[in-house]
Amino acid sequence: MPADPWLIYRWMLASRLFEQEVARLWHAGLVSGEMHLGTGEEGIDAGVVTHLGEGDAMALDHRGTPPLLMRGANPVSLLREILGREDGLCRGRGGHMHLFIPELLSASSGIVGASGPMAAGFALASQQLRPGRVAVAFFGEAAMNEGALLESLNLAVAWRLPVLFVCKDNGWSITTHSPSMTGGALLARARAFGMPAADVDGTDALAVSAMTEALLPHLRQGNGPAFLLARCVHLDGHFLGDALLEAVRRPLQVLAPMAIPLARSALSRHGARFRDRSHAVTDLLTRAGRASSAARSLPDPLDRTRRALLGDPDRLRMLEATVAAEVRAVVDVALEETP
Amino acid sequence: MSSVGFAEAIDDAIAERMAVDPAILVFGEDVQLLRRNLYARFGAERVRNAPISEAAFLGAAVGAAMAGLRPVVEIMMADFLTVAVDALVNHAAKLADFSGGSWGAPMVVRVACGGGYGDGGQHEQSLWGWLAHIPGMAVVVPSNPVDAAGLMRTALAHDGPVVFLEHKLLADNWLEALGRGGRSGLEFDVPPAGARAAHPLPANRVAFGRASVVRSGGSLTLVSLGVGVHQALEAAEALAEDGISAGVIDLRSVSPLDRGCLVEQVGQTGRVVVVDEDYLRFGLSGEIAACLLEAGLRPRFARVATEGTIPFARHLERSALPNPDRVMRACRQVLSS
Repeated sequence: MPADPWLIYRWMLASRLFEQEVARLWHAGLVSGEMHLGTGEEGIDAGVVTHLGEGDAMALDHRGTPPLLMRGANPVSLLREILGREDGLCRGRGGHMHLFIPELLSASSGIVGASGPMAAGFALASQQLRPGRVAVAFFGEAAMNEGALLESLNLAVAWRLPVLFVCKDNGWSITTHSPSMTGGALLARARAFGMPAADVDGTDALAVSAMTEALLPHLRQGNGPAFLLARCVHLDGHFLGDALLEAVRRPLQVLAPMAIPLARSALSRHGARFRDRSHAVTDLLTRAGRASSAARSLPDPLDRTRRALLGDPDRLRMLEATVAAEVRAVVDVALEETP
Repeated sequence: MSSVGFAEAIDDAIAERMAVDPAILVFGEDVQLLRRNLYARFGAERVRNAPISEAAFLGAAVGAAMAGLRPVVEIMMADFLTVAVDALVNHAAKLADFSGGSWGAPMVVRVACGGGYGDGGQHEQSLWGWLAHIPGMAVVVPSNPVDAAGLMRTALAHDGPVVFLEHKLLADNWLEALGRGGRSGLEFDVPPAGARAAHPLPANRVAFGRASVVRSGGSLTLVSLGVGVHQALEAAEALAEDGISAGVIDLRSVSPLDRGCLVEQVGQTGRVVVVDEDYLRFGLSGEIAACLLEAGLRPRFARVATEGTIPFARHLERSALPNPDRVMRACRQVLSS
C-alpha cells in the first residue's frame, strides 16, 4: 500500500522537532557525551519504517532516535533516557547510542557496522519463529567498509535471511570523504553478493517509501535479503560540535588556534617534500568547505516532503501546529521531576 | 611559562622519531585531521586516513611491521579494538614465539580509553587488563605528558607490538571532541598535573616495566595508573592530614608489570589499595594480588575498580568508575586493623 504522505511528514516533523529539543538540551549541558542526531536522515527513516509492523525488527546504529520515534517508541521515556534519568527508557544506563526496546524488537549500537550482524540474527529468528516478518539494518556508507557488515551481507544471502540493509550515504566518514576510502560502487558491491539492490534519493521520503515497498515482498516471501542505498545529508554534522561544521560556522574560533602549530609543523626541518606539505595544508584548510558544499548540494528532506502537501495549506498548518504542541508537551513532561 | 598537553606531547615524540626514521607511518580513521600537525609536516604518504575497517588496517599494520615498516596505528577508542583484536591476539603477539624468535612486528597501537565524560559503556572502557592478558604485547598507560612522551619514545624503539593507551580525560583533544563538543561551562575531573606539563619536556625514554613511586609513604601503598594515579595522590593527601603516610605507585606499564617495585613497596607497608579503572574481575587488580602473594607477602588488600557495564548517566557513571570517595573508603578499610 503506498505510504500516506501526511503521516510520513508528521513523523519526519515530529522527529526533527524532537531532535532540535535534544540539541537544545545538549547545548545547555543537560546531556553528556557525544550527540549524533538523525537530522537529515528522516526521509529514509520514515520511508522505510512506514512499511514495518508487528513482529518486524530494527537493528539501529548510533542515530536510532528517529526510527524509534516513528516506530512508536514513547517519546517521553526516550527523552528521559537521553537525559540519563532513572525513569528513562533504559533507566539512564544506555544514552542515545544504546537504546533498546524489546517489544519493538529494536536495538541500537555505537559500534560501526554492528547493525548488520544484529539484523541477520533478528532475521534468522523471523525465519524460524515469525515467517513473513523482516529485519531492517540501518547503517552509514562508511560502515560498508567494516568486515562484520560485509560478512553479514553474505550470511544473509547464504541463509536467505529476510534483512533489508538500508545504507544511509551522506558521503562523509566523520571528517574523511568516504569515496576516497571506498573501492568500487556500493550498489554493485551489494549486488555482487547476489541480492537485489536499489538506490534512491534519501531526501525524498516518498521515493524511499516506494522503493522499500518494491523490495519488501522479496524478503517477506522468503527469498533472502535486499539492499537499499539512500543518499542524504547530516544537517548537524557527524555529531554536535562536529569540527568540520564548526569550522564553517565559526572559522575564526576554530581555525585560528590550529594555525600556529600547523604552520610550525609544516615548516619544520626533516619531513615530506614541500609539495606534499603544501598539499596537506591546503587539504586541511579546504576540507571544511568541501564538507559544507556537499551538505548544501541536497535539499532538506522535510522541505521536500512538505512541498507535496502544499495543496492543502489549512490541513498542513493544523498538522504543523499540532505536532509542535505535541513535542513541546513531551519535553515539558520529560523534564518534570518524578517522585 | 608555556606548557605542553598530553596528546601534543605524544604527537611531538612521534614527530621526533618520524623525522629520523622513514619506516614510521601513522594511519587510522581521521588521522589527517586528528594528527594534523604530523600530516602537515610528513604529508599524505606517511599520515594516512583509513576506511572504517579496523580489522583490515590493524591486520595490515602487523604485515607492514613484519615487512620493514614501523606503523603507528590509531584505533579511536579501546572499545573499537574489539572488532579487530584478532590482529593483535593471534598474530602480532604470537609472531616472535611462532617464528622461534626470528621475526617481530614492531608496531604501536595508539588508542584512546577511559571514561568520566558521560559517553556510555561502548565508548568508555579501559580494557588494559584484557589486553595485557595476552602474552607477547606491551601495554602501557601513561598518567602525565612527560611519561607519555617517554613511553612513546620507547614504544617507537621496541621490537614488538605495543598498545599505547591514552586516557580521554588527559588528552584534551579527545575530551574536547567527545565530552565538550564546543560547549562551555561543563565540569570534568581533569587532573591538571596529568593533562599538561611544563615546556620543554625532558627528552628521555621511559622504560617499559618500570613503575614510578610518585609518593612515598610507610603505612599504606596505593597502586594505580592513568587517571587513577591522580585520584590515589588525592587520597594520599587527605590521609596525610589525618597523620597517615600513604605512598603511591604509578605503574605506567601494565605489561610488563613492575613486580619488583610492587613487592618492595608493599613489603614495607603491608597494606595495599589498587585503583584500577578497568574491570574488577580477572584483571590487573587480581594480578597485583597474585604477584604479592607469590612473593610471600600477606598484605591487607583492597581494590577500587569498575564492576559492571559503565552506565551512561553521569551520576551513575561517577559511582561505577573509581573516584576519590571510593578510594578513601578502600584505604580506611585496609587501615582499620
